[in-house]
Amino acid sequence: MQHTISVIVENDFGVLSRVATLFSGRGFNIESLSVAPTNEEGLSRMTIVTRGDAQILEQINKQLNKLIDVLKVLDFTDGSAIERELALIKVAAEDDGRAEVLRIVDIFRAKIIDVTPKSYTIEATGNPLKIDGILELLRPLGLKEVVRTGSVAIGRGAKGWNG
Amino acid sequence: MKMNGARIMLECLKKEGVDTVFGYPGGTVINLYDELFNFKEIHHILPRHEQAGTHAADGYARATGRVGVAIATSGPGATNTVTGIATAYMDSIPMVIITGQVPTALIGNDAFQEVDIIGITRPCTKHSFLIRDVKDIALTMKKAFYIARSGRPGPVLVDFPKDVQMAQGEFHYPETVEIRGYKPNLSGHPRQVEKAVTMMLDSQRPVLYVGGGAVLGGAAEPLTALARKLTIPVTTTLMGLGSFPESDDLSLGMLGMHGSYCANMAMTNSDLIIAVGARFDDRVTGKLSTFAPHAKIIHIDVDPTSIKKNVRVDLPIVGDVKDVLTKMIKQADKSKEKLAGFTTALAPWHLDISGWKEKHPIGYKQSSTIIKPQFVIQKLRELSDEDAIISTDVGQHQMWTAQFFKFNKPRTLLTSGGLGTMGYGLPAAMGAQAAFPNRQVISICGDGGVQMNIQEMATLVQNKLPVKIVILNNNFLGMVRQWQELFFDKRYSSTCMELPIDYIKLADAYGAKGFLATKPGEVESVIKKGFKEKGPVIMEFKIAREEKVLPMVPAGASLNEMVLNA
Repeated sequence: MQHTISVIVENDFGVLSRVATLFSGRGFNIESLSVAPTNEEGLSRMTIVTRGDAQILEQINKQLNKLIDVLKVLDFTDGSAIERELALIKVAAEDDGRAEVLRIVDIFRAKIIDVTPKSYTIEATGNPLKIDGILELLRPLGLKEVVRTGSVAIGRGAKGWNG
Repeated sequence: MKMNGARIMLECLKKEGVDTVFGYPGGTVINLYDELFNFKEIHHILPRHEQAGTHAADGYARATGRVGVAIATSGPGATNTVTGIATAYMDSIPMVIITGQVPTALIGNDAFQEVDIIGITRPCTKHSFLIRDVKDIALTMKKAFYIARSGRPGPVLVDFPKDVQMAQGEFHYPETVEIRGYKPNLSGHPRQVEKAVTMMLDSQRPVLYVGGGAVLGGAAEPLTALARKLTIPVTTTLMGLGSFPESDDLSLGMLGMHGSYCANMAMTNSDLIIAVGARFDDRVTGKLSTFAPHAKIIHIDVDPTSIKKNVRVDLPIVGDVKDVLTKMIKQADKSKEKLAGFTTALAPWHLDISGWKEKHPIGYKQSSTIIKPQFVIQKLRELSDEDAIISTDVGQHQMWTAQFFKFNKPRTLLTSGGLGTMGYGLPAAMGAQAAFPNRQVISICGDGGVQMNIQEMATLVQNKLPVKIVILNNNFLGMVRQWQELFFDKRYSSTCMELPIDYIKLADAYGAKGFLATKPGEVESVIKKGFKEKGPVIMEFKIAREEKVLPMVPAGASLNEMVLNA
């Protein structure tokens, strides 16, 4: 089963490597990973999408918590979070295809951010399933390049991660 | 007062109460060594190899309970410490390793003797630091020592570039330290403790299964008190030996692959296992699917990751084992009447256990012509001091020591349990002897492992560390040979050492004494002679070459499927 975990970490030298080493050393799997600084000075937030049963997820949680540089691990498996991903998609667009791409972009409320006579580059954001969806529809038209950020997630409701 | 970074480092060590360090100089620590030259508060011991220096710091830490300190230069010096660090990590030993590093401006340039030691040791350290500024030395060291010794202890590596050692700075040692991502939970939850005691008093076939955490957590006393109050039998892991006196009737000895029949039978038939600072290692559980099939499990550990890692747990208690066990005693005292009924009701369980003990006690067949290794271990126990510290290497002699020495006190056995590091024993004994110059320290080795750090004989002689080295010599890599005999049709692939070494001459070459026993009748006199010597000694025993460690649970078998005689 897929899980999305947010990890609040000290913005220290080597922290990404510590997290990555933990996952690879214990045979845990990373499907996507995104890292960036937060609004609090010295803290970064990682969003990790991983796969495993409940026991593996518990170990991942505990092992992450054990790292000195990790302040908090938020497990969003129960659907308590909003998840978003951004994708930049370069798709072939010639002849009839050009109109079809525009229609798909419109349906998914995406944006064209670069145009050439032979291609469109699209910016799409949304739930990772939505990104999967637009890619599915664009694939027959000829995907040239796809860049996905991986999920980021934030808890629902008025409270921040720190209360 | 301004001083250079190297001096600040030494002042930090002094503030942490470090009296002994094990280190090897080199280009990137030459400034540190220059300051050490006149720094009388810290006794520096020069091993003959950085690996041995790290093991010595580990032995010092295990024997004393304090943080061991090792120093090495950058590059090869640092990489030589890796086995020692991994050994300490697997057994949760508090250590700080200071490695020299090339000047910060050169880091990443493939400079001479540069290696990314932080990267190399990341999976086998509890944490690591690279000091980039002379201003950061004091706080970093405060954190390093705090992290190494608190919670589940472990090795912390501090990488210390040469230019930072040379830079001038002020020395202010912080009184306290706050690390927002590191708050070990030490206090066991009272409700969990209450539930645990209820489960214990409701059980009919309870076993205390005790690991190295009880030794590291200084919990021998409450453990012994709790076991005796509730009359619950105690089995320990290799790392837990000494936490509960093996002389006590409640002791089942060690469990697991080479554990006693009664310990493994007790685990298999138990209805409640109380795990204390143990981690259900594969050498302990045997086949997981048939491990303790009837038992509920209470697991006490300071490290939440140990809980439910390998086995299901019915009641987890995260906390310092000493705290939890002490609370359990108090809780049990609250139910006096139930307690009396409980201990009476345990009579059939105690009867089962004494039956197993009598049926297959740990034993061996004595010989009048060939020295049996088990006999040597028994004689060593008989003739050594009550508080003697024993170190072992890894292999058959380690298991014979665990089975036959009978440990009664914590911190008297130094052995590499998790990593299983050959070459650990001699330098670890050296570290323990440096900490306790007046106690008897005995390093029990095989002829394989002893050669992996034999160069430390020089360190022993030079520093007047009178370690008594016992070599059980079968001219085989005995444990692997045993597996080859049992599981590979006696195809002894590369396990025969072939070339016999004259260990008596070797001792002589280093300026130590050597004594040899080739017949059972000589064992006692050699041990007595060796113990009488003021300096380091090698006592070599030519033992029965193909003696096996038994009983044995074959890899992948259930605990109750022990090979008793093969």
